[in-house]
Amino acid sequence: MMLGNCATSSSLSTTSDEDIVNNNLTALVVDDSPMIRKLHDMHLKKFGLKVQVAENGKNAIDLFRCGASFNLILMDKEMPIMDGAEATRELRTMGVTSMIVGVTSLDSIFDRQAFMEAGLDHCFTKPLTTENINFLLQELNKNNEEN
Amino acid sequence: MDLVQLQRQLVDYRTSLYHEGFLDEQFTQLQELQDENNPDFVVEVVSLYFEDSERLLNELSKALEQQIIDFKRIDAHVHQLKGSSSSIGAQRVQKLCIVFRNYCEAQNVEGCLKCLQQVKHEYSIVKTKLESMFQLERQILNAGGSVPV
Repeated sequence: MMLGNCATSSSLSTTSDEDIVNNNLTALVVDDSPMIRKLHDMHLKKFGLKVQVAENGKNAIDLFRCGASFNLILMDKEMPIMDGAEATRELRTMGVTSMIVGVTSLDSIFDRQAFMEAGLDHCFTKPLTTENINFLLQELNKNNEEN
Repeated sequence: MDLVQLQRQLVDYRTSLYHEGFLDEQFTQLQELQDENNPDFVVEVVSLYFEDSERLLNELSKALEQQIIDFKRIDAHVHQLKGSSSSIGAQRVQKLCIVFRNYCEAQNVEGCLKCLQQVKHEYSIVKTKLESMFQLERQILNAGGSVPV
């Protein structure tokens, strides 16, 4: 499912954490900044997800090629070797149906739209907030119920 | 100074950092991620920020010394610095990066050089302030107290 909107902030009403069972959800954080990897890793772990990290788009692709799979991928745009847009396109071509969420500090609407068109489900401005994650988890749990 | 005084000093100091625009809400979110299982989380993330920033500032200095200025490369570095600064709530540095990027777009060398100096200055201030804050926290912990939220 692809949404055409890029949310810069999310202030949706949230269900309580107990209502959302996140223990069996897995996530991959793809970012070339060790600081951002640590930050997003912690953010997601706080919500009970199992998290892995990758330094760039190519490493993320390699993980999938080795048979790994994740419910959620947080994809940075600007990375060396392979950037977020290219990695997203490649993953979709490979048939990956995980929720891929762009996390970028790109300001221009055009740049964000181009990133979305690579195959993202959502796109948020860095840094990710608790509200953003709440929103993503609601979406993930909704998708799980539909399947 | 006794424990209560130290704790009050920390709260006042932290409040002033927000009031003076050195830190924003994003730093609060960072603190909220810290818990007993990860008691050094904030210090670790901020240390990574310092490493990252110093590397980027060095790259920027080198790039602006070149005969032929690569504005695209400079913009990429500033963009990264802006991103990481906003992620830890270093508001003043982040705002200066926005101005810096405008000068890059305009290919204005003078503007870029001036901005770089300002960014270096603001960065060193916020670094000093955060280090002072962490030191206060350590003093409180060493005195057997807990760090007020």
